[in-house]
Amino acid sequence: MTAQSITRGVRRKRTQSPLHRAIITGVSFGVMAVYLAMVGLLPMIHARAVIVDVLTMAHAALLAIGLGAGAYVARGERDKPAATIVLHGLIAGAISGGLLAVLVVAMNTIDLRSIFISLSPQTSDMLTLELDLEYAVPLLVAAAAVLGALGVLLARSPPTVRKPVLIGCSAVLFFGVFQELIQIMMQFNEAIGDVREFLYTWEGLTPEGAGAIFAIATGASVLSTRRRAGAGGSSWWQSRNGQLVKAGIAVVVLVLLPILAGSYIGQVLMLVGLYILMGMGLNLEVGLAGLLDLGFVAFFAVGAYTTALLTADSVHALATFTAIPHMSFWAAMPIAVLISVIVGVLFGIPVLGVRGDYLAVATLGLGEIVRVIVQSDAAAPLLAGAQGILQIPKPRIGDIELADPVALFFLTLVCAAVAAYFAWRLESSRLGRAWMAIRDDEDVAQALGINLVKVKLLAYGLGAAFAGLSGSIFAVMLTSVYPSSFQLLVSINVLALIIVGGMGSLPGVIVGSLALVGLPELLREFGENRYLFYGVALIVMMRIRPEGLWPSATRRRELHDFAGDLELEEPPPAVAGVAASVEHRPGE
Amino acid sequence: MADVAAGRALIPRLRTLSRFTFVDVILWCLRIGVSAVVVGGTIGTLIKGRYEAAQWFDLVMFGLTLGSVYALIALGYTMVYGVLRLINFAHGDIMMTGAFSGYFIASALDYSGFLNDSPFLGMGAVLAVAMTTSTSLALLTERFAYRPFRNVRGLAPLICAIGVSFFLEQTFRGFFGPSIRSYPDPKWQAAAIDVFGLNVPRVDIIVISLAIVAMLILYLIVQKTRMGTAMRAVSEDTDAAAMMGIDVNKVVVFTFALGGAMAGIAGVFYAFVFKQVYFFMGFQPGVKAFGAAVLGGIGSIPGAMLGGFFLGLVESVGPALFLDGIGIPAPYQLRDLIAFTLLIMVLIFRPHGILGERMAKKRA
Repeated sequence: MTAQSITRGVRRKRTQSPLHRAIITGVSFGVMAVYLAMVGLLPMIHARAVIVDVLTMAHAALLAIGLGAGAYVARGERDKPAATIVLHGLIAGAISGGLLAVLVVAMNTIDLRSIFISLSPQTSDMLTLELDLEYAVPLLVAAAAVLGALGVLLARSPPTVRKPVLIGCSAVLFFGVFQELIQIMMQFNEAIGDVREFLYTWEGLTPEGAGAIFAIATGASVLSTRRRAGAGGSSWWQSRNGQLVKAGIAVVVLVLLPILAGSYIGQVLMLVGLYILMGMGLNLEVGLAGLLDLGFVAFFAVGAYTTALLTADSVHALATFTAIPHMSFWAAMPIAVLISVIVGVLFGIPVLGVRGDYLAVATLGLGEIVRVIVQSDAAAPLLAGAQGILQIPKPRIGDIELADPVALFFLTLVCAAVAAYFAWRLESSRLGRAWMAIRDDEDVAQALGINLVKVKLLAYGLGAAFAGLSGSIFAVMLTSVYPSSFQLLVSINVLALIIVGGMGSLPGVIVGSLALVGLPELLREFGENRYLFYGVALIVMMRIRPEGLWPSATRRRELHDFAGDLELEEPPPAVAGVAASVEHRPGE
Repeated sequence: MADVAAGRALIPRLRTLSRFTFVDVILWCLRIGVSAVVVGGTIGTLIKGRYEAAQWFDLVMFGLTLGSVYALIALGYTMVYGVLRLINFAHGDIMMTGAFSGYFIASALDYSGFLNDSPFLGMGAVLAVAMTTSTSLALLTERFAYRPFRNVRGLAPLICAIGVSFFLEQTFRGFFGPSIRSYPDPKWQAAAIDVFGLNVPRVDIIVISLAIVAMLILYLIVQKTRMGTAMRAVSEDTDAAAMMGIDVNKVVVFTFALGGAMAGIAGVFYAFVFKQVYFFMGFQPGVKAFGAAVLGGIGSIPGAMLGGFFLGLVESVGPALFLDGIGIPAPYQLRDLIAFTLLIMVLIFRPHGILGERMAKKRA
């Protein structure tokens, strides 16, 4: 289970003593560390160094867990004397370290690997720092205890100290983890090249480089805090002009980044762009109209297959056995979008009367039906079955072929920008408000004269248009389409990103795609493990921040009451005793 | 009161006649189309006569076996929905955890030869471990993922349940690897026995009979024990039950435990039938079993059993009966198509199912 959910459950019981609470915190964080090791995440990120030969990402994660345990203990005991809390932090840290030590001992005495594939000798070496067991176990416990205490101290320190330290650490982490990317970008200029050689070796960040980055980031943070404290009030950046400038900077960065950083980052950003397109579509359905659609991938598939059938140079192209001519991508794309809209409406009609949870399952079933049909031999003469349709030509502008991932990224960017403009206009339109009305209460909306059938079908159709556009670009990106690309996973992926970003919020879609699609793609070793994060992200976001990372203004206002309710679950200490005595019924 | 209700029922009916929209046309086309495929396919297949009685018997037996697994899973959905009005999206994955833990015990026992020597004890051990694992995981998900959403309405609980489903799948993938592992197949399971001159794999008999026993026990627990009565009361009306002094929390935990245990058994049986376990195995049977629960009338325990068996039969017999007749090549690839079509048809046209009536209106 996630630490948040465990510790949240813990927090509600106010009757327990602080020591008890520290123990439970230690156990939760220890379980989290053990879980991360067993599920294979720690061994996986061990391969990536933050600072060469000093700190790997796995060790950084373990450090963070130790510090987190301490900080969590400190958060719950603001009114206690420092010495007591530090002691509790020590205890919590020691317990979490102890649990890891138990895992290490178990790994070295029993053959766990035949069942848990991640518990390899390498994992053991990672946890013990290749020391012998009799040294490693006390070291683990002691280090974790010290970290717990440090975490307490960090949490108790004034913000003027805490914030710069945290920012410094994050900066080192950022420059260390994304070293490949930053190094590639730094190779363009001689002067920057010298800086690069100071900061990096080929494997990653040097200790001196890390120190320098930490110092610069910390210093900058201290300075900026001072200046902001001096200026006071809201800064220019928060004003409307400032926001426009921010958006402008974001666009410039998006345009320049792939040019500077090469085709790999172009590829990643392109994928992000495709998911942004899909996210905007699903956002119309789920975020605005409240229609939870788990079959969304079907529209993506329709877009991709339509483009493939219209443009491919293969026997499966429609041109080989019908009168429809071979088309260029530019002609096929609008048709693909149009057909997606039609399919979206057809998809929506049968489920018009289905609401809420049932709708989610019904749409999931529809999506699976589309996949089964595409994969089957029965539809193979038309859709090529499991072999897929190959040889889809890349789009051309005049004589230039957009074969390069960077060029295709720009195509995606332009499409996404146009789509975003439509989505943005839709949001505040009459239709958008009608969608929000049916999201909040279908019956009331109908009573107010909203034509449910029309409005819902428009949600499905327009949402599908975005996915169809995305699918169309996806087809030319891969130059082939296979049914295996259109799994339910894609639907869940898109759902997760709009929930993480913030339902019903356009910037949220972008933030969500960058976080859930871009980030794992950059940290390549994450691979399949990203889906674990999607699961955790869905649970944690629903639990802690249901409005998302970048919520829309309305949503934030609506959920404000809800957040207030959540807070009420933790009564202030004075009331807590009374509440507990009321809750404590005989026989329990 | 009754007059008003009758009037209300009458007026929309008249209105629908006068306002027969294009949506209705399409829905009717859907109904007629599916019925036409079913009827036409059946007639076509029977005329062709490609299948013999023995083959039909095999299909029916397989359908009943599959159906008993679906029924066991569907019970978990239906009980949890009855008590909490929550679609426990992760229930299929709870089944997977049972199958996985059962697999580890079974392969260890198979390796030592114990599973072959004493089938009953061996199978008992496998079932016990599977039930323990899936019950404890069901309780953990309830405690840490669903309980915070007890009083939250809207999409949040369902989205959280989807997250739990993913979390469980990916955890098992991380723990035990992404490969498909083959479940041991001891001799006593593989052998066929003779029933009225027809060969029936022994595993089918074991699965069907044990599943029926498990369902009977569950039914008795729900109908006869105090806790079962409390459970029925809560699913009838949570607030009223709480006012009568029923500890709703305990009932919810009990419900999840029962559902988890049934899912554990289902997982082992699923592995018996398909001879393999892997981390994603729970998803499809989970969704289908939810369909079975809705088909039977969600919230109704006999309904879930009926729905499960019905779905299993349709899925097993359907491709041969409906699709072969209308000349579709390789109809067995479309088994899932039939199951999902059934699921959607139920959700669209009969969301209250065969036996349930009140549930559907409340939330759906």
